[in-house]
Amino acid sequence: MTTQGIGAAVRRKEDRRFLLGKGNYVDDITLSNQSYAVFVRSMYAHAKITKIDTKAAKAAPGVLAVFTGDDVAADGLGTLPCGWLVKSKDGSNMVEPPHPALAQGKVRHVGDPVAMVIATSKAAARAAAGLVDVGYDVLPAIGLVNDAVKPGAPAVHDEAPNNLCYDWHIGDPAAVDAAFAKAAHVVDLDLTNNRLAPNAIEPRAAIGDYDVANDHYTLYTTSQNPHVIRLLMGAFTLHVPEHKLRVVAPDVGGGFGSKIFHYAEELMVTWASRKLGRPVKWTAERSESFLSDAHGRDHVTSAKLALDAGGKILGLRVRTLANLGAYLSTFGSSVPTYLYATLLSGPYDMPAIYAEVKAAFTNTVPVDAYRGAGRPEAAYVLERIMDKAARQIGMDRVEIRRKNLIRVDQFPYQTQVALQYDTGNYQATLDLALEQIDYPNYDKRKAASAAKGKLRGFGISTYIEACGIAPSAIAGALGARAGLYEAATVRVNPTGSVTVFTGTHSHGQGHETTFAQLVAEKLGMPVDNVDAAAVGGSAVVKALDKVIDKGKKIAAHLLEASAGDIEFKDGNYRVVGTDRAKAFGEIAFTAYVPHNYPIETLEPGLEESAYYDPKNFTFPGGCHLVEVEVDPDTGVVDVVDVAIADDVGTIINPMIVDGQAHGGLAQGIGQALYEEVRYDAAGQLTNGSYMDYCMPRAADLPNFKVGNHVTPCTHNPIGVKGVGECGAIGVPPAVINAVIDALTPLGVTDISMPATPEKVWRAIQAARTTTTTKKGG
Amino acid sequence: MKDFAFHRPASVKDAVALLRAHSSGKVLAGGQSLLPVLKLELAEPSDLVSLGQLKELRDIRVDGGKLAIGALATHDQVHHSAEVKKAIPALAHLAGGIGDAQVRNRGTIGGSVAHADPAADYPAALVGLGATVITDRRSIAADDFFTGLFTTALAADELVTAVQFPVPKRAAYAKFAHRASKYALVGVFVAETAGGVRVAVTGAGPKVFRLAAYEAALGKKLAPASLDGIAVSSADLNGDAEASAEYRAHLIGVMARRAIQALA
Ligand SMILES: Cc1cc2nc3c(=O)[nH]c(=O)nc-3n(C[C@H](O)[C@H](O)[C@H](O)COP(=O)(O)OP(=O)(O)OC[C@H]3O[C@@H](n4cnc5c(N)ncnc54)[C@H](O)[C@@H]3O)c2cc1C
Repeated sequence: MTTQGIGAAVRRKEDRRFLLGKGNYVDDITLSNQSYAVFVRSMYAHAKITKIDTKAAKAAPGVLAVFTGDDVAADGLGTLPCGWLVKSKDGSNMVEPPHPALAQGKVRHVGDPVAMVIATSKAAARAAAGLVDVGYDVLPAIGLVNDAVKPGAPAVHDEAPNNLCYDWHIGDPAAVDAAFAKAAHVVDLDLTNNRLAPNAIEPRAAIGDYDVANDHYTLYTTSQNPHVIRLLMGAFTLHVPEHKLRVVAPDVGGGFGSKIFHYAEELMVTWASRKLGRPVKWTAERSESFLSDAHGRDHVTSAKLALDAGGKILGLRVRTLANLGAYLSTFGSSVPTYLYATLLSGPYDMPAIYAEVKAAFTNTVPVDAYRGAGRPEAAYVLERIMDKAARQIGMDRVEIRRKNLIRVDQFPYQTQVALQYDTGNYQATLDLALEQIDYPNYDKRKAASAAKGKLRGFGISTYIEACGIAPSAIAGALGARAGLYEAATVRVNPTGSVTVFTGTHSHGQGHETTFAQLVAEKLGMPVDNVDAAAVGGSAVVKALDKVIDKGKKIAAHLLEASAGDIEFKDGNYRVVGTDRAKAFGEIAFTAYVPHNYPIETLEPGLEESAYYDPKNFTFPGGCHLVEVEVDPDTGVVDVVDVAIADDVGTIINPMIVDGQAHGGLAQGIGQALYEEVRYDAAGQLTNGSYMDYCMPRAADLPNFKVGNHVTPCTHNPIGVKGVGECGAIGVPPAVINAVIDALTPLGVTDISMPATPEKVWRAIQAARTTTTTKKGG
Repeated sequence: MKDFAFHRPASVKDAVALLRAHSSGKVLAGGQSLLPVLKLELAEPSDLVSLGQLKELRDIRVDGGKLAIGALATHDQVHHSAEVKKAIPALAHLAGGIGDAQVRNRGTIGGSVAHADPAADYPAALVGLGATVITDRRSIAADDFFTGLFTTALAADELVTAVQFPVPKRAAYAKFAHRASKYALVGVFVAETAGGVRVAVTGAGPKVFRLAAYEAALGKKLAPASLDGIAVSSADLNGDAEASAEYRAHLIGVMARRAIQALA
């Protein structure tokens, strides 16, 4: 039996090349005769373009071409499409204003591309970009989402009255009204989910390469899903048949969602390479990334929770205003609806839910999926209001959750917001997390912190997420404009080694290792004999089952038995109950050298493909616990302990699962304490560099205690659920709950993300003033 | 970044001559402030005069009760120097808190003081200790050296060659770092010197400054409690999205107390 199959902490196969500095990223690729593109971007949030004079730029040394919105329009390049149609309450379709690859007539956010300059060197392109003379008539702009829906607000798009893209809802308002009517306690909470920049360490890059001899395009691009990009470019933007376009996503240095979407730059370099007859390369600079990678989050929400006298939830009402930015990004519309409001039951048994979501355009960078996408926003609403409810009722924060968690005997559990959870054990993850953090001794730790002059706080969050969006038919009925299946091909080579091809892309998750482990598990071979070229897991398993079945027929022929009597175990085909057996390698060889082979009934070769369309979402979840120390003199919050217990389903590689949890936690703590994209009311981005935008650093984080309690998913062949986003979903509310807990004795009741030192200090000052006034009065 | 000519003079004299010959040239030391400026095209010098060959400017020595640090000594060198640790441990501590390891391995004390970033750490030590900036032609008292935001008393063709620090009885530096950049949001240097107690503040205002009220109070008794009841005005302090002027004023009090507790 192999020790490298499911459950083994195999070291990542891909790390060798990364650690040796031999990764192959888009910017590492240099094609012969390559040229360089630089984009001229708007410095205004909202303006009419009065002229674009490209004469001086075109005449500058080394310049090959300068393109503007007029060229894009003249060639009929399509507007960047949105992949999910959301319908408003009244049944009308969402408003979809055009999103041209280069601005036409108006610019709508700082960073909106206006012109593309291509030259023989990057320096020449940069210098010439400074010579493009753009005339602007500056218009009033909207930088903050609350301002978008005020009466008389300037219009981002003429097509969108009140700047609304849609006004959508889900759930049962009457049931919620009834719940509130009989409630013993009603808890109110207003909160903001702060806007984040994705900050993949590798900036976006793209190279377009048109081959005139074959009338064929190749695009190298920093994409998390090259198949989607090919589909969108083929059908909507570049308008070429798919067999004329190859999209290559080599190593990708982080995405977190931001590299899912179809961006203007990759379209433009592909198109321009044909116009110029030579490859065109573009690599973003970091300041450009801040202004052009889709941002995440940016919700303003008010929520109300109804509870009975004993703390059992009766109903939840949520109103959210979501910022979509200046244009609809590829999946922007789906995030605040089907990935957010459908999660508002959390891990709780909630009899009634009603959520209304308005999504508005503003003069800011488009907003789309970012690690967790909608689910962190939902968990933040729920976990903050659960804590507030506990304080208001005077109940213990752990107990109020215990009382409301869905019980094991309630699965499959149908929520009031469309989802059906197949399985889970939320009590077990809660207990495990409490054990890992040594909850019974918390008071001692608090006293030790107090002795150092620090205020210690304990924060909890019990959360759920939904992964593996599915099935295609249901997603389609809800507005998805693409399929959501996965595909895989398993090719057994003549000498028995295996190559796996999948449609999913790895940009940090370690697919090359985990998919090889699936092969190791099924075929009983070491992972070194497997090469996994790139939603692949379940499709890989389906394809492997087909391989094993075909192998049985070959083995039956060689062993002169019937296929029904052959079993496959530990890498050998055996006639059941005998010692007559053939190794997998022999079967593979026979399949390609079919001298003694059932050639009349079976084709030679051993290669199988499978498609997997999931039957349902999967539902990972768990409990995240955080302890913080607050310095009351400065307001600095230190995260001193983090213990989590997740249920991510079957674990293929525990080391990779831990690593994914660590990364997610770092980003989640980043959102809670450090990160925030700041726009001013006029739409200027005021912290678009690492001098101002604060990323979490290793030194800011404690060692994480990561535990798992597995209940396998019931409806996919492996039992996996998903792990990459858990940390980013579960931990932000736990951090904020811990900060509020630390400050509760001082009278502080609310802190918004990110909990910066000044914000915390001010909250302490304000609470002290109020308390003193009260005492004095 | 625009093209420039690159010079590597072998002596201070040659370096000064090159600067005189190229009026829009600039000195390059560790490049930790100059290169970001060039990349952002905030400056486009025609010539860069690198000090890399001037090994004699890297020396650190104690002489007649004064610690002299050559302009090209890196932050890392100062942080680890046995002489500095012995003479003014607060200075070694300060240098170890600048930026990150890469920055400390390249950045120099001469570059830091010549750049005069209002959020840099060294200016607090220079003013807090009453140091003297030595140039190719004169000596300038630290109190007169920093004249404003990114501006100093240096002439365009003048080179810092060393900084000379009188050794104090005790000193300490407490820094509250900007969360993103790690520069000083507020840094307070407190020193008990032969001439009395000095308190210098960096990061909080447009340039490093001394706090007379604190110095007077601490002159009577060098203890945190001496500062109680002395308000720091936020009127002339920096305020931005990271920290308002009031918050900076408050942090000056906190960091000053922490520095006093750490005096060594
Ligand atoms: C990521 C990062 C973080 C940082 N964090 C901090 C921090 O926390 N605290 C802090 O104090 N600083 C910080 N810095 C700045 C750093 O300390 C720089 O090293 C220092 O400001 C400049 O020194 P340098 O030798 O690199 O000078 P350079 O960058 O080479 O030069 C800076 C300026 O000084 C001039 N100059 C250089 N040497 C001389 C000389 N001998 N005579 C006359 N003029 C000269 C140059 O012409 C230029 O104008 C940080 C820098 C970076 C990149």
